[in-house]
Amino acid sequence: MSGKRILLSMLGGVGMAHAAEFNFQPPASPVAHQIYDLHTLLLLITVTIFVVVFGVMFYAILRHRKSLGRQAKLFHENITVEIIWTVIPFLILVGMAWPATRAVLAQKGSRAEEMTIKITGYQWKWRYDYLDDGIGFMSHLATPAEAQRGAAAKGAHYLLEVDEPLVVPTGKKVRLLLTANDVIHSWWVPALGVKQDAVPGFVRDTWFQADRPGVYRGQCAELCGKDHGYMPIVVDARSPQDYAIWLAARKKLAAASADDPNKVWALADLKARGEKVYQQNCVACHQASGKGIPGAFPALDGSPMVTKDKPAHIDIVLNGSKKNPAMAAWGKQLSDTDIAAVITYERNAWGNHTGEVVQPKDIKAARGGKA
Amino acid sequence: MAISTTAGHAPHEHGKPAGLWRWLAATNHKDIGSMYLWFAFIMFLSGGVMALGIRAELFQPGLQFWQPELFNQLTTLHGLVMVFGAIMPAFTGLANWLLPLMIGAPDMAFARMNNWSFWLLPPAALLLLISFFVPGGAASAGWTLYAPLSTQMGMGMDLTIFAIHILGVSSIMGSINIIVTILNLRAPGMTMMKMPMFAWASLITAYLIIAVMPVLAGVVTMVLTDRHFGTHFFNAAGGGDPVMYQHIFWFFGHPEVYIMALPAFGIVSHIIPTFSRKPLFGYTSMVYATSSIAVLSFMVWAHHMFTTGMPATAQLFFMYATMLIAVPTGVKVFNWIGTMWQGAMSFETPMLFAVGFVCLFTVGGLSGVTLSVAAVDIQLQDTYYVVAHFHYVLVAGALFSLFAAIYYWFPKMTGKMYSEPLGKFHFWWSMIWFNVTFFPMHFLGLAGMPRRIPDYALQFTDFNLVASVGAFCFGLGQLIFLYNMLRSIRRGEPAPHKPWEGAETLEWQIPTPAPYHSFVEAPHVEAGENGVIRSLTGGAHH
Ligand code: HEM
Ligand SMILES: [Cu+2]
Repeated sequence: MSGKRILLSMLGGVGMAHAAEFNFQPPASPVAHQIYDLHTLLLLITVTIFVVVFGVMFYAILRHRKSLGRQAKLFHENITVEIIWTVIPFLILVGMAWPATRAVLAQKGSRAEEMTIKITGYQWKWRYDYLDDGIGFMSHLATPAEAQRGAAAKGAHYLLEVDEPLVVPTGKKVRLLLTANDVIHSWWVPALGVKQDAVPGFVRDTWFQADRPGVYRGQCAELCGKDHGYMPIVVDARSPQDYAIWLAARKKLAAASADDPNKVWALADLKARGEKVYQQNCVACHQASGKGIPGAFPALDGSPMVTKDKPAHIDIVLNGSKKNPAMAAWGKQLSDTDIAAVITYERNAWGNHTGEVVQPKDIKAARGGKA
Repeated sequence: MAISTTAGHAPHEHGKPAGLWRWLAATNHKDIGSMYLWFAFIMFLSGGVMALGIRAELFQPGLQFWQPELFNQLTTLHGLVMVFGAIMPAFTGLANWLLPLMIGAPDMAFARMNNWSFWLLPPAALLLLISFFVPGGAASAGWTLYAPLSTQMGMGMDLTIFAIHILGVSSIMGSINIIVTILNLRAPGMTMMKMPMFAWASLITAYLIIAVMPVLAGVVTMVLTDRHFGTHFFNAAGGGDPVMYQHIFWFFGHPEVYIMALPAFGIVSHIIPTFSRKPLFGYTSMVYATSSIAVLSFMVWAHHMFTTGMPATAQLFFMYATMLIAVPTGVKVFNWIGTMWQGAMSFETPMLFAVGFVCLFTVGGLSGVTLSVAAVDIQLQDTYYVVAHFHYVLVAGALFSLFAAIYYWFPKMTGKMYSEPLGKFHFWWSMIWFNVTFFPMHFLGLAGMPRRIPDYALQFTDFNLVASVGAFCFGLGQLIFLYNMLRSIRRGEPAPHKPWEGAETLEWQIPTPAPYHSFVEAPHVEAGENGVIRSLTGGAHH
C-alpha cells in the first residue's frame, strides 16, 4: 500500500468511503427494516444526549477556569437537580423501551412459516437442508487461497463468496432451524436482520423473509476455531418462479449424483473424486501439499498411518482423532463414497504411492463395526 | 498540626529492609503497591504488543504476518493479559498504595498475605506467556474461552486455566485485604459516609471480586474436567449444555466489567474536585450510584447472549435491566459535571486525563445503551461495534483513569514532580490516537465486520487502515509515559507536600514522599463529606 494511499485514507479517505460504510447495510427484510429504524432512533437520542451533556461540560471547561480569575462556588449538593437528572434519563429509557420491545417480539415470531431450512454449522462450512423438499448441500468459501496470500487479485466479493449459496424465494416466511456439529457458530446475514447462534446438540430457530430478489452476504459471527474468518454465508433470494426453476433443477441433480454404495471404483476415478473432497475439507489443516503445519497439524505425505496402517487411517477419518479434537469425525459429514475417495486419494497422492484402492463398501463395513 | 513534626527529625526509616530482600519479602503496603503497579505496566506493554500484532495483520486485507491460529491466540491473550494482568492488578496496586494513607491506617490489615497475593502474579503471567510456545500454541478461544471450542484446544488452554486459577486466588486475597483494611483500620472520626470515594469504590469492587472470581474459577475448572476427566458439562452428547458455559461465564464476566470501572469512578471523583477547587458534587448519591451499579451488574449477564436463542421474555427482562444501569451511570457523569460547574478549574495532566475519561466513558456508555436494546444488539453482537464500545470503557475508562491516578499521586509516592509538558503531550497524543483507533470501529461494526477475524472483505479496508495507524501511534505514545516516569523518579524536581492546591483528603496531610511507615498511631480526623479533612490531631508516623 502506497504512502499516498495511506495519507488519503487518513485525511479525506473516510469521506471517500461509501455512505454505506457508515451505517447498517441496506435492509432487505421486515425485521431488518425494523432494526434499522430502531437504531436510527437510538442514534438520534444518544447524539442529542451527547450534545447536551458535552455542551454543558465544555461550557464549564471554557468559562469556569482558574486562569480566567474565577473563584470556585463551593456548593456540593442540590437535591432538586439530582432528582431531575435521575428521573429524566429514566423517562428517556422508558420511551426507548417501547419500540425496542415491539422489535424484540417481531424478531422472535418464527411461527406461521412457509418453508423450513435446517442449517448446520461445521468447522468451517455450512450445511443447508431443505426439510420440505428433501435436498441438502454444503456451502464452502469459494475465494481461492492464493488471493488470501496476495498471490492473486482479490475479487469484489473477497471472502464473501461461496460455492453453493442458500437459495430462497422472496416474499415467503422462511423458518430456520439451526444446530452445529462441533462448536458454536453463528449464522448472520445483516441485510436480512438475522443472527442466531448454532449450538451443537441443540436446535434453535429464527426466521426471515426477503423483500426483493438479490444476493445477501454475511459471515459466521461466533469465534469457532482457526478458520472462523473463512465461513461466509451467501443467500440468493429469487422470485418464487425463479426459485421453483432452481428447485426443480436442484432435485434432478441430487437424484443423478446419488451414489450407489455398492459400486466398485477404479483407482483413477476414486482418486480424482478424492482430490475434490480433500480440497473442500482437508486442506485447511493438512495443506494442499499434504505437509500439514508442523507442531499443529500432522503431515499426511509420508505418514506411516497413511502409507501402511489402513484400518487406522479409515478409523481416524471416520471417527476423528482421540488425541486431538481438531481432527473431526468426518463420518458424520461425508458419504461412504466420499470417504473412500479421500482415503484413496491420500494413500496415492504426493509421495504416497501405495496403489491401494479403498472402496465405499469398506467404509460401510468399518461403520458397521463401530455402531 | 502534629503531623508535620516529622519534617523536624531525620527520616530514620527503621525496619526498612534493604536490597532484593526488601522486595521479595515486602510487607509494606507502599512497596507492594509499587510492585503491583510496575507489574501491571509491564503486562500492559505485553498486551499492547499483542494488540499491535492484531492491528498489523488487519492493516490491509489478506494474510500478511500470522497464520489464523496465531492471530486467534494473540486476540485471546491480549484480552486476558489486559484484563487480568494489567487493569486489575493496577487497581489493586493503587489501592495498596493509597488506602492506608487515605483512611489513616498504619498499613494494610494483612501485610504478609499482601506479599503472597502479589507474588502469585508473576508465575501466572509466565504461564500465560509461555503458553505461546507449547505444542498447539496458546489458548485461542477468545478471552471468554467459550466451550466447546475451549475443550478442543491443546495444552495452552490448560496453562491458561491454571493461570486464571492463580490470578483468581491473588485477586481474592487482595480483596479480602482491602475490605478488612477499610472496615477495621479507619482512623477514629472517619465514618463510612465520610470516607473518600476511592475507598468506597475499592471496597465495593473488592466485594464484587470476592463474589465472582470463584464463579470464573468454577467454570474454567469445569472446562478442565471436560477436557481431561470425561465430564460432559458443556457437551450435549453427554447431557451437558454449551450455553450453560456462557451463563456461568457472564455471571462472572459482567460484574468483571464493573470491577474494571468502579475504581476508575473513584479516582476521577478525587481528581475532578481537586482541580475544580470544589467539593465533589453529590457525594451521597455517588455512593448510592456506585452500590446500585454493583448490585445491578449481577442481573444483566445475559445481555451478552442475546443471539444464543433465549425466549422473548428473557430477552426483554435482560434488556430492561441493562438499560436501567444507564441511570446510576448517568447520575455519576452528571455529578462530575456538577462538580466542574462554577469551579475554578485548571488543567494539569491528571485533570486532563480525568476529563478525557468523562468524555470518552460517556461515548462508551451511549454505545452501551444502543447495545442494550436486544433487537439492535442482534446486528451488533460479535462485531467491531462491540470492540469499539468496550475499548471506550476499558481504555478510555480504566486505563485513562489509571494514568490520571499515577500523575495525580506521583508526587506523594516518589517525592518528585513529573514533567508537566511531557504529561500533557502524553495526554493529547493518547486522546487523539485513541479516537483514531477506536472510533472507526463503530462504523466497521455497523457495516458488518465480525470481530476476531484475521482477514476481511474489501469494503472494510479503509477504516481498518485508519484504526491500525491509530493503534501504532497510540502504542508509541505510551513510551512517553514510561520515559516521563523514569526520568522524574531519577531527577524530577522535588515535590511540595501538597502539590495540588485543591487536594483535601488525608493522604495529602502527610509528608512528601510518603514515609515508609504510614500512620503508626492513628490520627483523629474530623472529616467532612467525601473524605475532605476538616481537622486532624495526633497520628505519629516515622
Ligand atoms: C492500547 C490499545 C489497545 C488496542 C490497540 C487494542 C486492540 C484490540 C483489538 C484489535 C482487539 C481484537 C478485537 C477482535 O478481533 O475482536 C482487542 C480485543 C480486546 N481488547 Fe484490546 N486493545 C487495546 C487495549 C486494551 C485494554 C487496555 C484492554 C483492557 C482491559 C483491552 C481489552 C480487550 C479485550 C477484553 C478484548 C477481547 C479479546 C477477545 O476477543 O477475546 N484492550 N483489542
Ligand atoms: Cu463458525
